[in-house]
Amino acid sequence: MSGYEPIRKVISGNYAAAYAARDARVQVVAAYPITPQTSIIEKIAEFIANGEADIQYVPVESEHSAMAACIGASATGARAFTATSAQGLALMHEMLHWASGARLPIVMVDVNRAMAPPWSVWDDQTDSLAQRDTGWMQFYAENNQEVYDGVLMAFKVAEQVNLPAMVVESAFILSHTYDVVEMIPQKLVDEFLPPREPLYDLADFSRPFSVGALGTPDDYYEFRYKIARAMEDAVKVIRDVGKEFGERFGRDYGSMIELYRTEDADFVFLGLGSLMGTVKQAVDVLREEGYRVGAAKVRWFRPFPKRELYELAKTVDGIAVLDRNYSFGMEGILFTETKAALYGTDAHPLVRNYIVGLGGRDFTVKDIRNVASDMMKAMEGGETSEEILWYHLKRG
Amino acid sequence: MAVRKPPITTREYWAPGHAACAGCGCATGMRLVTKAFSEAMEEKYGDPDAFAIAHATGCMEVVSAVFPYTAWKAPWIHVAFENAAAVAAGIDAAWKKKGIKGKILAFGGDGGTADIGLQALSGMLERRHNVVYVMYDNEAYMNTGIQRSSSTPYGAWTTTSPPGKYSVGEDKPKKWVALIAAAHQVPYVATASIGNPFDLVKKVKKAAKVDGPAFIQMHCTCPTGWKSPIEKSVELAKLAIETGVWPLFEIENGDFNHIKIQSPGGGAKVKREGGKVVAIEFKKPIEEYLKMQGRFKHLFKRPEAMEELRNQIKEMWKVLGVEVTLPKAEE
Repeated sequence: MSGYEPIRKVISGNYAAAYAARDARVQVVAAYPITPQTSIIEKIAEFIANGEADIQYVPVESEHSAMAACIGASATGARAFTATSAQGLALMHEMLHWASGARLPIVMVDVNRAMAPPWSVWDDQTDSLAQRDTGWMQFYAENNQEVYDGVLMAFKVAEQVNLPAMVVESAFILSHTYDVVEMIPQKLVDEFLPPREPLYDLADFSRPFSVGALGTPDDYYEFRYKIARAMEDAVKVIRDVGKEFGERFGRDYGSMIELYRTEDADFVFLGLGSLMGTVKQAVDVLREEGYRVGAAKVRWFRPFPKRELYELAKTVDGIAVLDRNYSFGMEGILFTETKAALYGTDAHPLVRNYIVGLGGRDFTVKDIRNVASDMMKAMEGGETSEEILWYHLKRG
Repeated sequence: MAVRKPPITTREYWAPGHAACAGCGCATGMRLVTKAFSEAMEEKYGDPDAFAIAHATGCMEVVSAVFPYTAWKAPWIHVAFENAAAVAAGIDAAWKKKGIKGKILAFGGDGGTADIGLQALSGMLERRHNVVYVMYDNEAYMNTGIQRSSSTPYGAWTTTSPPGKYSVGEDKPKKWVALIAAAHQVPYVATASIGNPFDLVKKVKKAAKVDGPAFIQMHCTCPTGWKSPIEKSVELAKLAIETGVWPLFEIENGDFNHIKIQSPGGGAKVKREGGKVVAIEFKKPIEEYLKMQGRFKHLFKRPEAMEELRNQIKEMWKVLGVEVTLPKAEE
């Protein structure tokens, strides 16, 4: 761990995102306001207004144009950043494909918010997980510190593999909740994240080229393959960058799944984002009571940490997948991914799905203990409810 | 012997080999606009190549860049249908940040501009980006096979506005995006046409040299969609001007009280008061323009629809502050 003096501030997750964008020396921000993302772009506007950051800010007329403008900026070599949430992310959807297809390392913070209807502004992961197949990398932050660290790492990874990356934080639970964040002095950030070296630049007038051409069936296929390969390559880059981050700044992100007290665990809780903070606390409680349980937090959902999940699955008898999201007609999205990643391997833990906290419903330590009892009953082969448990459902 | 200077640069940014239809007026437009733009860049920044193009999905996008080929000799990016203006805005922001000297040229068809791209266009204009947006107006969704857009003129046949017992063809007035653009009070807005290349070049250069956004609505013949003879594309566009169907005007800084109207030619009598065009007496009937196009064929059997079209043209000129008289074709 390097001996540097961090800048400690008590800030919200959204401010952590804004400070990270500033410290990453973002050149262009194009964004449109949506609750609960707004304080990110307000803070950035404030940085610009008081000269704390020299950023070209484009206050676009929609999220669709926010991503379009980021694509334009990034295609001319700039480091581009935006932030959005739920409906805004859905409106951007078309552009997300363009960003990855044009191989542009744009970084976006998505504040997880439930999709309407019913209209909701609270936490839910379906908005970002529904963008699974757009060719964006996805990093889920557990706390405000991880929002800050995640943005810095996302830029570094994205610019190495030439794919865009999304840093995801929870509505209100992180976005508007204040916590201590250790920020890194600018000089050290600059050493970690040097200026971007773009693949191409629209201002390269002497070497004109065209982006966004028609790809016939003769060529389209290979373009897709190259993105697939880049996403595969990102696994190593993510681990290397995460390790380097740890060496430089003392917080190690060298693994794509963070393991918490899983060593001798009978079963583990698997989940994404801020949910896992509560789960860790519950694990401590359960451990004190003598239960051998652990937590596994999926930091990077795309690329999916197949190998790490397999390594973990080999050592446990059960995985309780906590999904704050749902894919209608199937099940929790992380549940599907987990089973798919383990299929055909020699790891055969019992995998069960708990649908929790949709639309921001509280999911507490007490709830996690209830899930643990259900899980243990299932593992003992006892009488249990269905495989996918709608945990909070008001019955009757 | 003196060598005559060519009226426009011999530099080309729109190379032959693109896949546009024979007689495509838009292709002519692309070539002229980029040439004029380059001249302006040379005069303004000392570098004729100092521009990049953001292109909306549409005919000219699809015919010009089929991987691994491209017809563009300038940096060019295509990002979907509705957002050429937003992409251009992003490039502008990055160039401002990096201190790049140059200007962004955005192209969109009438569908990509008047319909699906109108919001992004409005945003770009309102935010005063350093972008010249050229709408190449061939008056329908030609790329997808001739469907009506809000820029399709009254009475025109398209595949989604077919004339019939209960239909005159397109039954709404043409939407003039140039007027909407001018309402943003941007430095420069104009209409132009491939039927008057000198006027077009002059306007593109003017647009390219202003600081901030400019918008040009350029009329372009589409022989495929208009059902017109491929060898008459320029002549047809010129007839649109001479018969009063296509007005040539400029609006600077949103000053609707001082709209500059260009003389339509074709023997039209232009009346001015205090240097301002107040009335035009056209000599060529709109029928001369319409009869060359299959898309208006049915109007010749529908005198009431023909009259309605004439009225709408007059109303459009009134918005420009000009009283026009449109002669009827002799029986």
